[in-house]
Amino acid sequence: MKFLNDRALERLRGSSAPDLSGTRYELCELIARGGMGIVYAADDKKLNRRVALKILDSANSAPELTQRLIREARILAQLEHPGIVPVHDIGHLSDGRVFYTMKFVEGARLDKFVAQLSSLPERLRLFLRICDAVAFAHARGVLHRDLKPANVMVGPFGEVLVMDWGLAKIVQEASSSVETVLISQKERQSEEETQSTVVTGHGTVMGTPGYMSPEQARGETEKIDARSDVFSLGALLKFVVGSLSEPRPLQAISAKAMAENPQARYASVSDLAADVSRFLDGLPVSAYSETTLERLGRFYRRHQVAILLITAYLVMRFLVLYFFHR
Amino acid sequence: MAHGESFPVTRYSVLAAAGSANAEERSRALDILFSAYWKPIYKYLRLKYSQVPQDAQDLTQGFFAELLERELLSRFDPAKSRLRTYLRLCADSFALNEMKAASRKKRGGEFAHVALDFSAVEDELRAQTIDPASIASPESLDDFFEKEWIRSLFSSAVEDLKNLCESRGKQKAFAIFESYDLDGEENISYADLAERHSMQVTDVNNQIAWARREFRRITMERLRALSGSEEEFSREAKALFGEVLK
Repeated sequence: MKFLNDRALERLRGSSAPDLSGTRYELCELIARGGMGIVYAADDKKLNRRVALKILDSANSAPELTQRLIREARILAQLEHPGIVPVHDIGHLSDGRVFYTMKFVEGARLDKFVAQLSSLPERLRLFLRICDAVAFAHARGVLHRDLKPANVMVGPFGEVLVMDWGLAKIVQEASSSVETVLISQKERQSEEETQSTVVTGHGTVMGTPGYMSPEQARGETEKIDARSDVFSLGALLKFVVGSLSEPRPLQAISAKAMAENPQARYASVSDLAADVSRFLDGLPVSAYSETTLERLGRFYRRHQVAILLITAYLVMRFLVLYFFHR
Repeated sequence: MAHGESFPVTRYSVLAAAGSANAEERSRALDILFSAYWKPIYKYLRLKYSQVPQDAQDLTQGFFAELLERELLSRFDPAKSRLRTYLRLCADSFALNEMKAASRKKRGGEFAHVALDFSAVEDELRAQTIDPASIASPESLDDFFEKEWIRSLFSSAVEDLKNLCESRGKQKAFAIFESYDLDGEENISYADLAERHSMQVTDVNNQIAWARREFRRITMERLRALSGSEEEFSREAKALFGEVLK
């Protein structure tokens, strides 16, 4: 029996890696493995740049998943926005598998990055940029349906990118095949961890427990609309605020976004973002009815400098008058 | 399993067969298990307990005999650990008891079907780059055992692939796979291989892709047969062929 040295072992372990010969790309390393596909870093030999290359796992290359990957690439190609990872190319490998390449995002996933932001306003501003990207997609008729911290990347210059549109739904295609792959609660397999995207026995992605709206979890596909993403953003807002003390208006915003009944949620991502912006600006938010005391407190915080200056002026004026008339 | 014997059908489970009432099937399952594990166990015991080759050989054969006599496989619980971990722990326990009793006797005749070439394993150990400083730590020995298990699994799969290629008249495919993936000839390109085997570069690409696919399929079948459960198989398969590019 032939003795295999350590180098041979490593090569053989990598033998499942896609063979990119015949393409303009050269494989570098595995970045991530998801429910449906694998993302590798690759070098574009023609343009001399690093790209991310997404491909189906060979074991799961069923025709419907191939169509899903093509569809994901085409959806991304239509969403040209600074907050959405851009697609560069799509093609076939020699073994017939479809791949597409996209911008290689260096940075950290939101779930790793958020701890670096120590102040609430910083975290909320980051959240608003996620909302911008999702609102843009909604305006183009695309729902993400798998918004979670692991699907948001923050680049080295603070750029925020919403990733993994593999579960996206084009709203106009309400009766498309995407709908048929969503499965009922009973059919769901138990997830390995709360942030894992739930995958059916056929490898079909449907959402992530904790971030997926109730109607999505129940498989009520006809009820899924922009408010399902609003629910996920509400969960994301809670995650982003995290361990920082969460003021009541912000709690109310999350609660409204994550309401069980879609009718009780914000009608759009823009409405949710507007409420968070109002909170940042010290203005009243639509999700919360404040008491008189809270209103005074907010008024004080918003005009703190002016109030202090006026108070200082009045105190000085009083002291001057008091001493001159003594 | 004797050399040249083709690997059993997919979904074959060594554990299930080892508990079978059919003596022939049981013996075959134990041979498969033995052929997959004897080298890793031998190397592991030899290094961990600083045994001379003869004593490590006796321990290895004795361990597998004990596995059979005490029906240790029937006590394995897939919910608690991987089969590999269980066997390693059993080997540890056996070796400690044997060394304490110091009454080791030659055993292992039950596995007569498997040719045990201990001198070849000693050659392998000499050829391997092992950092003596790292051997002392239990973690590094666990890693060592893991790597030897993978080496044993892949070696058997390569042997099966070679037999498959010969039976299908695809010796060139195996030769290309061997040069490129197994021997890792320095700076060899698909064009070099095409010239060497008088074929087009695209043919080299196709042949190597076919050989890799078959290697992976054979390895997966072996892995499934040697896994304690489907869950263990899934985890092992992902660990084996998953995040390996660095």
